[in-house]
Amino acid sequence: MEMPSLFPSPTLSVSELTRLIRTLLESEPALSEIWVAGEISNFTRAASGHMYFTLKDSGAALKCVIWRNAARTLRVALQDGMAIEAFGSIGVYEQGGNYQFYITAVRPAGEGWLYQQFLRLKARLEAEGLFAEERKRPIPPFPRRIGVVTSPTGAALQDILNTLQRRYPLVEVVLAPSAVQGEEAPLELVRALEALNRIPDLDVILLARGGGSIEDLWAFNDESVVRAVAASRVPVITGVGHETDFTLVDFAADLRAPTPTGAATLATPDRTDLLIQMERMLQRLNRLAVQRLKQESDRLRQIDLRLRRVSPVRRVEDNRQRLDTALLRLQNAASRQIALRQAHLQALTAHLSALNPLAVLDRGYALIESPQGNILTRARQAHPGDAIHIHLADGKLAATVEKVLLHPAEGEK
Amino acid sequence: MEPSHDFETLSFEDAMRELEAILEKLETAQPSLEETLSLYERGQALAKHCATLLEQAEVRIQMLNGSNGTELG
Repeated sequence: MEMPSLFPSPTLSVSELTRLIRTLLESEPALSEIWVAGEISNFTRAASGHMYFTLKDSGAALKCVIWRNAARTLRVALQDGMAIEAFGSIGVYEQGGNYQFYITAVRPAGEGWLYQQFLRLKARLEAEGLFAEERKRPIPPFPRRIGVVTSPTGAALQDILNTLQRRYPLVEVVLAPSAVQGEEAPLELVRALEALNRIPDLDVILLARGGGSIEDLWAFNDESVVRAVAASRVPVITGVGHETDFTLVDFAADLRAPTPTGAATLATPDRTDLLIQMERMLQRLNRLAVQRLKQESDRLRQIDLRLRRVSPVRRVEDNRQRLDTALLRLQNAASRQIALRQAHLQALTAHLSALNPLAVLDRGYALIESPQGNILTRARQAHPGDAIHIHLADGKLAATVEKVLLHPAEGEK
Repeated sequence: MEPSHDFETLSFEDAMRELEAILEKLETAQPSLEETLSLYERGQALAKHCATLLEQAEVRIQMLNGSNGTELG
């Protein structure tokens, strides 16, 4: 019967309706990213790795899916009958015509309460300033003694020791053993921290524990432990649990590492880096020495040039010239002197020859010599009969004095 | 200079610091050539000492005993 309807009412396909439901449910904020508590039943894990189960309580049931990727990160192994709190969003599976809860994280029931407690304590300690950034102290770059607070038999200790040996084996480890879980753990942790703080020359303390459930790590959220970390005189690095675990000691510590291995890493320089650094320093040292030598040899060359400019050879030559000049001057002076002397000498000679008594003989004068060999200068020195010699220029005359005639004036003398 | 002897008690950190100081001095202070050479030798010896320390050392472990229990974790 084909009857064209006068009042066509919209007919939806199943798909269209389902999509509408899906859009409504999935856009509802109250249904997405929520925690839901319940008990697991009908748990199956498909070959694909996805997990399917139902969460129930006394009044209702909820179909749940955990996709493979989310399933891989679960910290707890799910099984039927387990009470859990699951985090996720409601979605619609169109082919099955049902809504289900798509879960991305799971925690054991009760953790929610612990978490609330954790947040309250965190807020209180934070308000006290225990986690303040300005309280954080630097970690010494080259520690000599490292205190370790952890279980003496745990994997954390081995991880720490291996890391230290690999990175920076120059350290001495002082292990303060402590329980890291259970009722006594907080007190022991506090005592271990206090004991290490009494050691005078400790550079840093590692507070560590391997991964575990949130209950396992609970001692590290204990108020007394957090306060002991904050009060530590020696800087503290925490490495508690796995990457994603945050405990309150992490906030109080000077430095937080994600794991025990991470804590040991943050506490030490790396041997390989140091060797590289050492190599660089050696290169720098070599370069400086070579530079210095080059500079020195440059200077030497400069000095050599300057020296050559003021070279003694040059000086000797200069001096030789000066000497030559001086010699010349000396010679000139000397010859002048000699000429002067010669002239003087000539004058003297002339004078002398003028004084030479024999010279007057040339001019017709004569010298008369007494018989005793004396030169007669006065008439009265002679006596009649004296044999005298009369010297003339070319010879002498032998004569005899006949008579002495004195000038009248002379006779009165 | 007799490197191996006076180095025996020299810690890695002190050796490293001294090496830094030597480099610093060579870079800024312009010591005499003679001093430069002896600083150079000292620096080489220090670097060698540091490398030897790093390559040969073993982590030493000391356990505190006292009031702390050694319960397993």
